[in-house]
Amino acid sequence: MHELSIAMSIIEMVEEESRKHGGVQVTAVHLKLGALSGVVKEALLGSFEMACEDTVLKGAKLVVEDIPVLIYCQACQAQRPVSSIQLFCCAECGTPSAEVVQGKELEVVALEIEEWEHNPA
Amino acid sequence: MGTQPRLIEVRKNVLKQNDLVARALREQFRAAGVFVVSLVSSPGSGKTMFLEKTLTLLREDYRVAALVGDLATENDALRLARSQAPVKQITTGTLCHLEAAMVEKALGEWDLNQFDFLFIENVGNLVCPSSYDLGENVRLVLISVTEGEDKPLKYPTIFNSADVAVVTKMDLAAAVEFDWPTAYGNIQAVRPGMPVFKLSTKSGEGIEEYLAFLKARLNEARAAAVTPEGARHS
Repeated sequence: MHELSIAMSIIEMVEEESRKHGGVQVTAVHLKLGALSGVVKEALLGSFEMACEDTVLKGAKLVVEDIPVLIYCQACQAQRPVSSIQLFCCAECGTPSAEVVQGKELEVVALEIEEWEHNPA
Repeated sequence: MGTQPRLIEVRKNVLKQNDLVARALREQFRAAGVFVVSLVSSPGSGKTMFLEKTLTLLREDYRVAALVGDLATENDALRLARSQAPVKQITTGTLCHLEAAMVEKALGEWDLNQFDFLFIENVGNLVCPSSYDLGENVRLVLISVTEGEDKPLKYPTIFNSADVAVVTKMDLAAAVEFDWPTAYGNIQAVRPGMPVFKLSTKSGEGIEEYLAFLKARLNEARAAAVTPEGARHS
């Protein structure tokens, strides 16, 4: 279970970004999570909620986008999905490949913030 | 006046800090000419005994050292010290994995130029260590025959992230009806092309092939480090 420390790293990063933008209120954090990231989504969601409690992020949502594994298939000369996470073969032609091109993501992509509306122009 | 939602783009790797430290370590290892192997396995797979044997045998011709991670106790470091190699323990407390900064801190005043091989034994865990780069040259995943042939299918992430696999306790294979072709097939399914060694730390069977692999990789790494191209671009 290392999801709590991952959640805390996310919060730290978000707090820093929030400060950069003048201490804006963050309402949601958008995260890309690869199937090979080694992080369990459900555990991360629970950890995030808990870890947010005593921070300015309290109540913020973690919006997770699941990123599937893609390999480079030599036979197809293209990026392809794998047969399954337990079988690293091209889902189209069955050729094995260890060349992972997508699926290790653990990346904060965007923050949703609440901003005071300025007077309409 | 009211509030309005807005989206700010960030695009940052959550483990950026770890990756930066790992990158610096990797450069430090390369400059010192030390080949670094990290070990991951389940608890009880025989990682410490395997490492003790590795250190003892390699010490005959190479300068070796080890860092060992554990939640608590320094038993592993004490066991490994029997190999006469320099050994340091990293006690992680409640943390289930090693991070690059812990490795950096543990290395302390060690002069890396004095070593050919450095082994980093991770905490016994096949889940959490997979996310953390430690700056190693190769990640070695160890399983024992008593754990069953389907271990790679249960933990595909760590097997996929590894560079070499070792199946140990082969002296017990018959007793537990371990099916080598199935185990080998499962490893290849989650990580096509990965070198796999089967051996017994106890009887010594198969250890020479595995050590030959490490020595060859050390020589390759050193050759790459001294070529002008390698020095300029890496």
